[in-house]
Amino acid sequence: MKYADYYAALGVERGASADEIKKAYRRLAQKYHPDVSKETGAEARFKEIAEAYQTLKDPEKRAAYDALGSRPQGEEFQPPPDWARQHAGPGAGAGPEPFSFDESDFADLFSRFGARNGSRNGAQPGEDFEVPVEISIEDAFRGTTLSLTLSLPEYDASGHVRRVPQTVKARVAPGAVDGQRLRLPGKGGKGSRGGRDGDLYLDITLKSHRLYRATGHDLYLDLPLAPWEAALGATVEVPTLSGLVSLKVPAGTSAARKLRLAGRGLPKPRGGAGDLIAVAQIVVPPQLSERERELYRQLAETSEFNPRRHFAAEGA
Amino acid sequence: MNVETEVLWLDEHREISLRELLEVSGLREAELLELVHSGAIPAHDLPGGGYHFSARVITVARTACRLRDDFELDTRGLGVALRLLERVRTLEEEIGRLRAELPR
Repeated sequence: MKYADYYAALGVERGASADEIKKAYRRLAQKYHPDVSKETGAEARFKEIAEAYQTLKDPEKRAAYDALGSRPQGEEFQPPPDWARQHAGPGAGAGPEPFSFDESDFADLFSRFGARNGSRNGAQPGEDFEVPVEISIEDAFRGTTLSLTLSLPEYDASGHVRRVPQTVKARVAPGAVDGQRLRLPGKGGKGSRGGRDGDLYLDITLKSHRLYRATGHDLYLDLPLAPWEAALGATVEVPTLSGLVSLKVPAGTSAARKLRLAGRGLPKPRGGAGDLIAVAQIVVPPQLSERERELYRQLAETSEFNPRRHFAAEGA
Repeated sequence: MNVETEVLWLDEHREISLRELLEVSGLREAELLELVHSGAIPAHDLPGGGYHFSARVITVARTACRLRDDFELDTRGLGVALRLLERVRTLEEEIGRLRAELPR
């Protein structure tokens, strides 16, 4: 396992008072708590902070932590056998089969204290886990099966914990949207002493897409139009998630006009679907042939259209 | 171990009982009821008394439990925090919708 420097995580000295530790935790929690922070890596940082505080706020756990000595953050190490006998619960490091820390995380060392103190006598529910999952817009449209490999804690009868890899396959039906939450009952950490197993929560986000921008079940698509298509109207082919469809562009379509293809967005889980909204963009040819230039010149001389007519009133 | 499992959608189409919400959120009954009475957690009245909830609320109630534990907030503080988070969520959704409308 890798050593975690809990004092460094909270930014306090090893001799910090309980009050200093609490203040440091509160300051950092406000900055990195995943429910309030949008900083990159905030969730992982808060996990470190919370893990450190859970140990250092408890005098018994802090004493056990201090007994491990001071080491560089992330250094590989094993707790000495004496430490296990003194701190890690009944039976740890004793008997013909010494307890092994090989399948434990550093934080697991301190989760045993409840068992040693007898406060784990009652049913203990398993831990819930929340996992962010990114899926493509195509997968949201068709549905997908997610395969998640998790390292979940399991407690034995003595309260010792070990990490058990578990693969969970979850079938996500068509229609997931950005921000969708899914619950997999009983697929979190194992309960102990008759407690229920924890749940696994999936927080879905949609990957950005080359063509589409999703909002709820609606999809937005930029629709480039040549100036003459916008002016004269046209029927154009538009890519949807179920294939190409023909879209009638009305004559006189200006840039940013929204053309709605009803029911061509993401499906809704209980029937129906969102819309595909094509947003018109007028695209001018980057290079004009001599003939095109001449035709534009003729149009400019002929047309009385002034797209900035409304500026006149302001300048008057 | 390879397990294929049932997936529950936490959306407005699924309803859950007070008991189930208490079990999955980690809130105490008195806390949950105070948050319901203050309007921080939306609930539907049952004809014979009591409440039932949209499954969307599970996320809100679990957030309340995390905030209670991580910031040692009392129920009034939780109510304010949940309302502000809901406002942020609504505004973020609105920003997302407006961004989707903008051409790239």
